Amino acid sequence: MPKRAKPAEARIPLNGEPHGSSLPKAPTGIKGLDEISGGGLPRARTTIVCGGPGCGKTMLGMEFLVRGAREFDEPGVLVAFEETPQDMARNVTSLGFDLQDLVDRRKLFLDYVYIEPSEIQETGDYDLEGLFIRLKHAVDTVGAKRICLDTLEALFSGFSSEGVLRAELRRLFRWLKDQNLTTVITAEKGENTLTRHGLEEYVSDCVILLDHRVRDQISTRRLRIVKYRGTSHGADEYPFLIDTNGISVLPVTSLEMQHKVSTERVSTGIPDLDEMLGGKGFYRGSSILISGTAGSGKTTMGVSFVDAACRRGERCLFVGFEESANQVSRNMASIGLNLDQWVEKGLLFHEAWRPTQYGIEMHLLRIHKLVDTLKPQHVVIDPITNLMTGSAQKEVYSMLMRLMDHLKGQEITAIFTSLTVSDDHVEQTDIGISSLTDTWLLCRDLELNGERNRCIYVLKSRGMAHSNQVREFVMGRDGIRLVPPYIGSGQVLTGSSRRAQEAKEMADALVRSQEIEQRQTALERRRSALEAQIKVLKMDFAAEELELERIIHQEQSREKLLELERDAMNRIRLGESEQAIRLAAAKSAGDAKQ
Amino acid sequence: MKKGKANGKSTVNHEPAMKLRLYVAGQTPKSLAALSNLQRICAEHLNGVYDLEVIDLIKNPQLAAGDQILAIPTLVRNLPHPIRKIIGDLSNVDRVLVGLDLRGNSREAQSPVSPPPERQIGAKP
Repeated sequence: MPKRAKPAEARIPLNGEPHGSSLPKAPTGIKGLDEISGGGLPRARTTIVCGGPGCGKTMLGMEFLVRGAREFDEPGVLVAFEETPQDMARNVTSLGFDLQDLVDRRKLFLDYVYIEPSEIQETGDYDLEGLFIRLKHAVDTVGAKRICLDTLEALFSGFSSEGVLRAELRRLFRWLKDQNLTTVITAEKGENTLTRHGLEEYVSDCVILLDHRVRDQISTRRLRIVKYRGTSHGADEYPFLIDTNGISVLPVTSLEMQHKVSTERVSTGIPDLDEMLGGKGFYRGSSILISGTAGSGKTTMGVSFVDAACRRGERCLFVGFEESANQVSRNMASIGLNLDQWVEKGLLFHEAWRPTQYGIEMHLLRIHKLVDTLKPQHVVIDPITNLMTGSAQKEVYSMLMRLMDHLKGQEITAIFTSLTVSDDHVEQTDIGISSLTDTWLLCRDLELNGERNRCIYVLKSRGMAHSNQVREFVMGRDGIRLVPPYIGSGQVLTGSSRRAQEAKEMADALVRSQEIEQRQTALERRRSALEAQIKVLKMDFAAEELELERIIHQEQSREKLLELERDAMNRIRLGESEQAIRLAAAKSAGDAKQ
Repeated sequence: MKKGKANGKSTVNHEPAMKLRLYVAGQTPKSLAALSNLQRICAEHLNGVYDLEVIDLIKNPQLAAGDQILAIPTLVRNLPHPIRKIIGDLSNVDRVLVGLDLRGNSREAQSPVSPPPERQIGAKP
């Protein structure tokens, strides 16, 4: 599933992509929109923003102008056909846009075009030169580079002659282009057309469609670039929202997968668990998924991590969807984790809100915002599965992907807890998310002999040696402690059955060691007997050897004497004196004797 | 007409009677036609009792916003209330009269030059 999602990202052009630069663009400054449009709206051309009522068309146009004026030094003109400038200014004050200030600084020109059909009587040939004059005057006053016409289609209600109107619109679009104005025109969505009066046929450079859908009582805004001539753009629907900072469009994910990776390790807050993860804990900046059934200790795992991080003086963000901050604090105090102290020290930011409070995009954005403003080093989201109550799983998946990406990009360690339903398919439910995470811990309840014990194991952990053991853990006054594993007869035993098994093992071992002792004694006896036998045999052998040596010696002496005699005989035959022979014989005999 | 001259003479000194403004943009055929049509209508139906101001938006573009001018030419009747806007070159006299609320008498009194007994402006010397 995540493999399939990737081509979609690849379609989005990068900011600095060569073919993106062939067409000059005017950055909108709207978060995310510039990213999916490859740098902004087409410069000196007209963009149509269409959509149903209340979809945020005006807001987009307005933000385009305000950001243009504030961030890109491009003054703008807002021509409002539907609301008075006062109303508009009021509407956007909540977004932190001070229109009056921009007007005073000659960065923005507001013009309110009011059309009251009942006041108007048509008496012959006319054109809309007056509108052109007003636009020109407005543009000249502030030296505008940008202009927003909201909603141009109001003209259709004011003038009965559509022929004249269409001719004038055509002239208007040409004029806007000639003036080198980057234009945003908002238009109401039609039945089967993008705009009710078919404005899109005059403007064909860029069309952005906004949509506002409500499903399960939760609304989601979406943006799609229907058309962008001369540029490749993200073609998908992108969720966006309007909040106190204006519009934020959320591209599915950042484009490159080039996160910096850290080799630094951070403790899980549970020494025994660190031990299971190669002795050092998680990688800094990695994504961790802790899944498990209800009450299996997921939150506590997350909080332990947070506690350890705060102890090191690092900033943490804890986003809860199940319990209020106070409740978590109270509950964690029972296992000796004092979270309040970290909150007071400004190290822990504890946010909690209902998962059904917003649509999935709002959740994502709110977390994004918190991350961007608080700049934590670690984020815990507890639990992500609660988000699925409000949205389809697919959307949650894509949201999480974006979130993980965002966090990884900033080297923020992210812990997500996930509530799994059935023990049998624990791994199934998290399949989508798990492939994105680097480390996956599974908390499990084992029911045996009338008790329920908590176990944890490391299902995967990229880039580190990790234990394959299923470990039982207990939550005590001093936090989570992992119990030394007992894995007997191919099964993990936990709780009292583990203790019973251990006692039985001990008894067995005692019996076995006694047996061995007996056997050892017997062996010793046998060894002594054997050694005695060997001794006798050796003595026999030695006696025999002595005897044999004696016989050999005798034989040798006799041989020698015989030789001497043979020698003496020879000499006599050769006529040697008796005397010399005797001497020689005596000498050789002495030699032989020695 | 560039100077925005008051073409008509306000003969009644105490009340402004009918106050008209004609917005044009340069000397386009449409603008010229509108002006001459207006002058004729005024002469025929208003008995010269009116106040006309011609505004050239090319010269004074900032004035367009005040009366919410989009179409050119536009004739605005500021007085009497309510404000009326008549757009076009004023070639359709009937419609101009409707627009100026002069319709009631215009039907019978179109061809003969007659003093229009108007609601407010009715009694004229």
